[in-house]
Amino acid sequence: MATERHDPATGRATTGHEWNGIEELETPIPRVVVFFLTVTTLFAIGYWILMPAWPLGVSYTKGLLGIDQRDVVTRQVEDAAAARAAWTGRIAGASLQEIAADDTLMQHVRETGRTLFIDNCAACHGTRGTGGPGFPNLAAKAWLWGGEPETIAETIRIGINAANEETRISQMMAFGRDGILDDRQVRAVAAYVRSLSALPMGAADTAEVEAGREVFAANCVACHGEDGRGSTEAGAPDLTDAAWIYGSDAQSVFTSIYSGRQGHMPHWEGRLSPVDIKLLALYVGTLAEDGR
Amino acid sequence: MISGLTVSERHLALFVLGALALTGLAMAVAGRGDPLAVHGYIVLVFSLGLGFVVLSALFDPEPPEERLSEYYDDPTRAGIILSLAWAVAGMFVGVWVAALLAWPELTFVDSAWASFGRLRPVHTSGVIFGFGGNALIATSFHVLQRTCRARLPGQFAPWFVLIGYNLFCLIAATGYLMGMTQSKEYAEPEWYADIWLVVVWVVYFLIYIRTLQRRKEPHIYVANWYYMAFILVVAVLHIVNNLAVPVSFGHAKSYSLFSGVQDAMTQWWYGHNAVAFFLTAGFLGMMYYYLPKRAERPIFSYRLSIISFWGITFMYMWAGAHHLHYTALPQWVQTLGMTFSIVLLVPSWASAGNALATLNGAWHKVRDDATLRFMMVAAVFYGLSTFEGSFMAIRAVNSLSHYTDWTVGHVHAGALGWVAMITFGSLYALVPWMWKQERMYSPKLIEVHFWLALAGTVVYVFAMWNSGIIQGLMWRTYNDSGTLAYSFIDSLVAMHPYYIARAFGGLLFLAGAVVCSFNVWMTIRMARRARAAEPAGDVPLYGKAGAAPAGE
Repeated sequence: MATERHDPATGRATTGHEWNGIEELETPIPRVVVFFLTVTTLFAIGYWILMPAWPLGVSYTKGLLGIDQRDVVTRQVEDAAAARAAWTGRIAGASLQEIAADDTLMQHVRETGRTLFIDNCAACHGTRGTGGPGFPNLAAKAWLWGGEPETIAETIRIGINAANEETRISQMMAFGRDGILDDRQVRAVAAYVRSLSALPMGAADTAEVEAGREVFAANCVACHGEDGRGSTEAGAPDLTDAAWIYGSDAQSVFTSIYSGRQGHMPHWEGRLSPVDIKLLALYVGTLAEDGR
Repeated sequence: MISGLTVSERHLALFVLGALALTGLAMAVAGRGDPLAVHGYIVLVFSLGLGFVVLSALFDPEPPEERLSEYYDDPTRAGIILSLAWAVAGMFVGVWVAALLAWPELTFVDSAWASFGRLRPVHTSGVIFGFGGNALIATSFHVLQRTCRARLPGQFAPWFVLIGYNLFCLIAATGYLMGMTQSKEYAEPEWYADIWLVVVWVVYFLIYIRTLQRRKEPHIYVANWYYMAFILVVAVLHIVNNLAVPVSFGHAKSYSLFSGVQDAMTQWWYGHNAVAFFLTAGFLGMMYYYLPKRAERPIFSYRLSIISFWGITFMYMWAGAHHLHYTALPQWVQTLGMTFSIVLLVPSWASAGNALATLNGAWHKVRDDATLRFMMVAAVFYGLSTFEGSFMAIRAVNSLSHYTDWTVGHVHAGALGWVAMITFGSLYALVPWMWKQERMYSPKLIEVHFWLALAGTVVYVFAMWNSGIIQGLMWRTYNDSGTLAYSFIDSLVAMHPYYIARAFGGLLFLAGAVVCSFNVWMTIRMARRARAAEPAGDVPLYGKAGAAPAGE
């Protein structure tokens, strides 16, 4: 060892080595380090004694408290379900009309339905249920399959054109692409359909409306009805109202008639509980009353 | 630089590059129609290009014998430049993906490579392995030689390590853009890149061992313990976590040897020790040399260095399980992960304290010198983020913090505040030494960089703390009905302002890295214009110029 050296700033001895100008002081380990090393180690040992900790071949030390994370989470889930059962039990037992008439239950519907709706339905229908191109606006009260809470619940349960055995099925045929109508007829019936809800149109289209009426009567009334008000039996949209899933401009209506449409709504049976479906059916009804 | 190699080293270089080119060709042929072929061509072009560089100086005269009485710093100089290039590229991609999170519609390039999932590992690998790794290699060669008073044993091997490592980084980044990943965080590169890294890493380890063997000092300096721990443990982690079976030798895709919860545990044993031994041990090695050098102060306590080193290396090995709290991982493993993480706080803070106490008697320098201030702030952030890490490892805390932006904030407190700050501080100290200048081109720009880096880190970390804790609380808030009060989208909407703040913080940090690169570039130009006299004493043998060659 080299001759003993002292650091002039602190007066402490160095270890006597020097690496490229770097020296080290012989400072003892500060007591606070030893203290916290002891405290944390004792905590660790205490925790090992109380909780599952060390492996023993095929088993492990279970800990004095006998806590197991699986039991804990199972119990917590059961407790939470039991706490909710006070009102979920009433939802399960009551008809949708009874629930709708009960302000306390409807408060639960609004609270829980909102999160259920946004987590499960908003991807297509939007956070406020207002939909978007290709996805129906649920706040517009333009129901394809009927707006009664029971029908809404049924639509959620079985879906539309979905994989469920009982699914609702509906299809708008591709009149143009499949050669049922020629381009002129499609254009004419598009003009007629747009005239039903008094959409603004140019002179050329206006001239086609009468021709379109005949095409409509021959091809469309089976589903959409003679007055074009649609049918909730077939899931055929009302063509006289202001709600348009695929757009109301001339090109969109032409495309709908020419190429057909087949929307898809997944079925939620088995993915959401019957209570959740009831909550959603009633919550969807409140979207319109909020007037958003 | 090639003419600095001996003629036989140039021949060796040509042979290795030829073998590498053939390997690339084989990959290109065997991997027809697979992304593997693209990497084959990259390897082929890379090695042929370097081959021409070697050929261009193949017939230069042998380097002078006097070189053996000097340190070999060419690879360090190249490593510094590579490190900064990766820093700017990696941080740029970081700001890009941060902006994508704040404004998802920014996906203006309608291609798969420009999607978040592919760009994100380019950022993480770019900054951790590209920036951090090159800085570690460059500084480790420098520190190793100085603290051993021995020249590196050969001139080819350090180049092999540096260039081979950067080839690995290049393969990794281009692979991500093509969608190739093992889906293991921080271990995404596929099997052939992993094998190549093992080869490079073994050579790196051998250089270290051989230089230590040749040292003229009776003892091994602390910095070298840390660099050695970094090299050795990263090798072990890398090999074990990447054990996989390729679909075939003609396919980039492979399947891990582990499955289910064993796979998760292996991955996070790797992941957390990558933090420990890549992002902590390696950079502690850096700190233990450049901080006392710059402060011109002795290390506060040798004994503290010892217990910190062994505490950190022993305790970190157990901590990985805290990444898997409340999962399918058996609870006893979680217990061990949590308790060792808590004890780990003590040696971590002892290291940070040892660094800060070393500055006693030099605080006026911290005030005046931005380079030293970088290192001081790094030590503070090291203390902060290790405290936070131990805190978050507690199961009850983790139940709030896990899967939220708090984790991202924690990682960046460490990555920006500790790893990047200590690196920038060390580079600002090292660059003038390496290019034989009195000082950096512009001390003022170091000051500018310091404040950009500090502001960027603080903005980033505070944004993510806020965002993460809000997220965590929203996910566990129940309404009077006993159901969740918030939907997932509600939490996304709440995070949006913090995502904008994060992108801004990252932009500040990136701007700092650009300023640093400019300053380094100008310093190198300054060196080319007027070569200052070599600082006396920076040679292996106690400054006795012309003494016997250092052990060769």
